[in-house]
Amino acid sequence: MANLKRTSLYAPGTNPSFMATVPFFNEDCIVYDLEDAVAISEKDAARFMVYNTVRYHRPKDKYVLIRVNGLDSEFLDDDLECAVRARPDAIRLPKVEFPEQVKKVDERITEIEKAAGIEVGKTKLWCNCESYWGALNCQAICEASPRVEAMAIGAEDYTASMRATRTKEGKEIEYVRNMVLMGCRAAGVEALDVVFSDINDTEGLIRDTQYSKTLGFDGKTVVNPRQIDTVNSIFAPSAKEIKYAKRVMAAIEDGRRRGVGAVTLDGSMIDKPMERRAETTLAQAKAAGIKID
Amino acid sequence: MVKNAVGRELPEKIGNYVVKPYKGPGAELDWDKPACTNRVPRLSPAGGSKVAASLKDAIIKSGLKDGQTISFHHCFREGDHIIGQVLTICRELGLKGLTFAPSAVVNVKNPSVIDFVKDGTITNIQASGIRGSLGDGVLEGCMENPVILRSHGARPRAIEMGELSIDVAFIGASAADDYGNCTGQIGPNACGSLGYAMIDAYTAKHVIVVTDNLVEYPCCPASISQMYVDQVAVVEDIGDPAKIGAGAARMTKNPRDLNIAAKCAEVITASRRFKDGFSFQTGVGAIPIAATIYLSEKMEEQGIKASFTLGGTTSNMVDMFRKGQIRVIESSQSFDAVAARAIIEEPNIVEIDNALYADPYTKGSILSKLDFGLLAALEVDTDFNVNILTGSSGEMMAGMGGGPDVAADAAVSIVVVPIVRGRTPSITKRVFTCCTPGDTIAMVITEAGIALNPKYPLYEELKEDLEKTNLKLVTIEELQQLAESLCGTPKPIETTDKVCVVVEYRDGTVIDVIRQIKK
Repeated sequence: MANLKRTSLYAPGTNPSFMATVPFFNEDCIVYDLEDAVAISEKDAARFMVYNTVRYHRPKDKYVLIRVNGLDSEFLDDDLECAVRARPDAIRLPKVEFPEQVKKVDERITEIEKAAGIEVGKTKLWCNCESYWGALNCQAICEASPRVEAMAIGAEDYTASMRATRTKEGKEIEYVRNMVLMGCRAAGVEALDVVFSDINDTEGLIRDTQYSKTLGFDGKTVVNPRQIDTVNSIFAPSAKEIKYAKRVMAAIEDGRRRGVGAVTLDGSMIDKPMERRAETTLAQAKAAGIKID
Repeated sequence: MVKNAVGRELPEKIGNYVVKPYKGPGAELDWDKPACTNRVPRLSPAGGSKVAASLKDAIIKSGLKDGQTISFHHCFREGDHIIGQVLTICRELGLKGLTFAPSAVVNVKNPSVIDFVKDGTITNIQASGIRGSLGDGVLEGCMENPVILRSHGARPRAIEMGELSIDVAFIGASAADDYGNCTGQIGPNACGSLGYAMIDAYTAKHVIVVTDNLVEYPCCPASISQMYVDQVAVVEDIGDPAKIGAGAARMTKNPRDLNIAAKCAEVITASRRFKDGFSFQTGVGAIPIAATIYLSEKMEEQGIKASFTLGGTTSNMVDMFRKGQIRVIESSQSFDAVAARAIIEEPNIVEIDNALYADPYTKGSILSKLDFGLLAALEVDTDFNVNILTGSSGEMMAGMGGGPDVAADAAVSIVVVPIVRGRTPSITKRVFTCCTPGDTIAMVITEAGIALNPKYPLYEELKEDLEKTNLKLVTIEELQQLAESLCGTPKPIETTDKVCVVVEYRDGTVIDVIRQIKK
């Protein structure tokens, strides 16, 4: 089954009631946060709560991540110790700029996995691209470790690094969106788009998410649970896409039965990328719980 | 001790109150006598006026005596200023041992009802709920006689069977004329429907309309006719309009409540009963209001129209009515200012008697024709029993409302509840107070999934319909275990043997009692 990453929702590591609530929304991924949402004086408490939540109350049917503090932060080592031992699906690294940073974290995670009796390589990484360096080195970052599964864009820090002004329209992030997408695709990892910050602007969210999907992103981080269903529905395959994918797969199957090499549908030849796209569409539909039979 | 049909142990007698244990929903009554009324034929004052010199004079003239029963409606909600004025005068007159019988839960302050309990003005209470300082006082054991709580539908039945016999009914009205015609639909303190006051007006021995807005005869519209009214008392102030019904109810932004509301709307639209001419009652509160809005969107998408909605009316229902999505609104109560005004503005938004709304023993309550009914809950247990009265420490939190009535009579009765509130599980192994029997609950909708009641008569139909959707179906036991895994197991609430509150079912049997909470 495809692992959907349409929506990632942050849960602050010091908010136990919200941490208990987030599994009941429809987000694909939960990110328990040790970084920005946690006050400096509360870092140890957040580690304790996040560790216990992920280790002992891990939500079912969710992709679980822990976001650690920055790569140059004094909290990183303790965060990694806590996060790896809690056994999430992945650790989300903020503000990654160079592949060497990922390699260093990979080595540290390997040490902790060995010490904790966790299969080495099991803990995946999502890297956040939040500066021009991150954008310029995107492909190399994604290829720095086999643990890297996805890259996400942090638009606020990125625009700050560029001395750009953040707008709702998002022209200032056009380039980084495409850079990250190309880097991710070249490295074979998933690409996750920026948050849409205005939680009361549903129309704006729809427009922005539709644009993300058109560009090719696999999902988006959401800032409020109220955004989840909108984003999910846009990133889930539409009925039309599912119908077409089924027709592609049926034509291929028919060709195989008849021993025909080149198969056509509606007058066009079905090539390998079309087949791959159809398979992905159906796998995503299944993962999203859409009945396709 | 006897055990009733929901497994509650009850004493056979509580003071003078004889306990009839609950035997199951839908029981026929052992009653073949005419309906009771205290109404006395009286000669109309020819051409004159029924306006009393003051509220105090009206009370004196009513002949109210020690030990008698006074009633009020609750349509002014937390903004009511009438109850306090009446009780203060009763105290000044030295009246003792009164039975206080409002139509629902009231939480009036300054003065609080508990003050009149403590000084002996009130010695009995019959209501649908008690809370605040009154609730605390009662559960601390400050009353010798148990408080009797009934649902909206049960109250008119109790009146017609003589179990609640009203001597003097005080009917607050936002407008009245000098001959007693009155309404809640106009005036600065308009509260909308006076549905809960009607049975009191029809059956009380003496009826006093209390208003701060005397209008020219005839008051039009007249929710209650002059033919039932003995006196009109004009006071300076009947209530606080900000608390009676301020503005329109807004859509919640709480994602958890929105999640439950969206599921609720999906459940209704997935049912085979969701078709042109269907009916629903959603009520008030964050989840019901959001569910109403989501339902409206789905009705619009699918071009489906409802024949009627029922009970408490909100501005969202009025919006749906004005969009042509609902043909008739049967309104026993108006929950906000928009809904209050709508009765006079729209001929098909109809003010109805509470007995017509919810009393199963009227030969025809409208609830009996309802397809989908929503209920709120504080707790639900693994037998689907619902507690809407007591909170996590046993404190009185709310009133019975129409919950047991909606559950029993709607074809599909839906409880909407988050699985945890704060640090307290809402889905438990056994509710502290059973108000609505689980046998009458079709399903419980939570953020963590939907539990269908296998014992509900429409279980197979609902299961078949919901299995066609992507909605997550779970068992009630799974919900309970999940809730407990999040919050832990709460310590049981310890009580003494003293029964402070009797919870009556619709037919007058006892579904549960609430005992004094140990400190």
